[in-house]
Amino acid sequence: MFEWLNWFTDMQNTKPLALVLFFTCFVGIIAYVYLGKKRSKRFEEYRFIPLEDEADRNQEN
Amino acid sequence: MSETNVQPYNYGIIRLFTIMAIVWGVLGMFAGVYIALELTWPIFNLDTPAITFGRLRPVHTTLVIFGFGGSALFATSYYVVQRTCQVRLSSDVMANITFWGWQTSIALAVISYMAGFTQAREYAEMVWPIDILIAVTWVTYFIVFVHTLARRTQPHIYVANWFFVAFILATAILHIFNNMEVPISLFSLKSYSLHAGVQDAMTQWWYGHNAVGFFLTAAFLGMMYYFVPKQAGRPVYSYRLSIIHFWALVFLYMWVGAHHLHWTALPDWTSTLAATFSILLLLPSWGGMINGIMTLSGAWDKLRSDPVIRFLIVALSFYGMSTFEGPLMSLKSVNALSHYTDWTIGHVHSGALGWVAMVTFGSFYHLIPRLWETKMYSDRLIFLHFWLATIGIVLYISAMWVAGVGQGLMLRAFDEYGNLAYTFIETVEFLKNPYAIRALGGAFFLIGIVIMAYNVFMTIRQSRIERVALEAKIAAKLAKA
Repeated sequence: MFEWLNWFTDMQNTKPLALVLFFTCFVGIIAYVYLGKKRSKRFEEYRFIPLEDEADRNQEN
Repeated sequence: MSETNVQPYNYGIIRLFTIMAIVWGVLGMFAGVYIALELTWPIFNLDTPAITFGRLRPVHTTLVIFGFGGSALFATSYYVVQRTCQVRLSSDVMANITFWGWQTSIALAVISYMAGFTQAREYAEMVWPIDILIAVTWVTYFIVFVHTLARRTQPHIYVANWFFVAFILATAILHIFNNMEVPISLFSLKSYSLHAGVQDAMTQWWYGHNAVGFFLTAAFLGMMYYFVPKQAGRPVYSYRLSIIHFWALVFLYMWVGAHHLHWTALPDWTSTLAATFSILLLLPSWGGMINGIMTLSGAWDKLRSDPVIRFLIVALSFYGMSTFEGPLMSLKSVNALSHYTDWTIGHVHSGALGWVAMVTFGSFYHLIPRLWETKMYSDRLIFLHFWLATIGIVLYISAMWVAGVGQGLMLRAFDEYGNLAYTFIETVEFLKNPYAIRALGGAFFLIGIVIMAYNVFMTIRQSRIERVALEAKIAAKLAKA
């Protein structure tokens, strides 16, 4: 029933499989980050978070 | 959230960690200079086992990495998470547990090493009861940090916090798995590793290099992504690049540990794979460095006038240099020359002093006036510290390049008959001058942090005087009214 798992024990199979998985994941992240105008605009707004942290709260003394 | 519901940030815990980072930094760097002197002039051993190189070396590494670096990371991560999430730390009690747990672990480690107790794993020499204390402290840290993120009032988690979370999570996993051991009894500090043979070595270097990757790199990048934009007064160059930087870095680092075991009993493909990932790691490392340095784009003039920016930008430059040198040294052919020589020590210090310590100094000079609500006591002392530290690093790593490359070449040199050209003791004699220069470079760096400690002490003192004067003024006004 689980004989198909043997396929993964062969390094000749798992090496290209790992390459395809990781590379697809990497390309996916690049596409997610750089494609989409709205998302790009939103990401660029996040750059300012450290500069907008002067909150009007009193610090503990 | 209404104004009345806003809780003040917990700065008390950050102040404690900041002070202890400097205390451990001074002690750890003193230990480093002392062992450098011992290697040059063995008379410094003073025939006392507790202060010989074998015992003081882990004292040095533990104090500077975990005492200085670790406390600085607790301080800055607690500061950054509160300010970028605009919420107070989720639990003061748990934050205090992390402080006392961490400081106790460091103190016990130092005492135990000098007494001769070690489990002989590099950067993880602590005996098993201290390992358990660290595990408990670290899990508490994880809970405080993640719970604070969950309570944030901001919609987005700023990228610096991603690096901090990766560091906390990875360090927990590394620490627990590398320290799986069986004590010989409940009342003995001696234990045996659960792993055996070459697997034990691979686990150790999986831990060792990821301690570099996540503790000394990812976490300090978190520091960089907050303090460089703050000090420059400009947003980070590219937020999208920071996202790519994060995912590529955390993915690639996990694979590279085995490059420490080239030409050993470890299967050849394993260390080759590690070297391949090490080369790939150059890309995110330099992407991050460029992102940090380009943040200053359009404000380069600040490098002339602001010593804090100098610390941060020089730190990034050393980050770039050491992340170029690292992949180079992971190549098998280069490693055949560099391994087991002082080139490795030089590389480590180019990263540890140039990147880790310099970015910490820069961040602290930004942080400390804000924590104590005053200005730094002396900007001139910050400039002086900067130059002492920079000259110290250059002396240190240059000396170690000469020592390491020279030593490597001598160890592999053959005469015309195929015999070794040099005896081992000749290679040791060759090291004496570079070792003396290294001790001098270390002394420069030590004097720099002592000056910083004085500057910080005077800043805190000045803050107290200002506060007392302000309170007296308010009291006088109230009395008049």
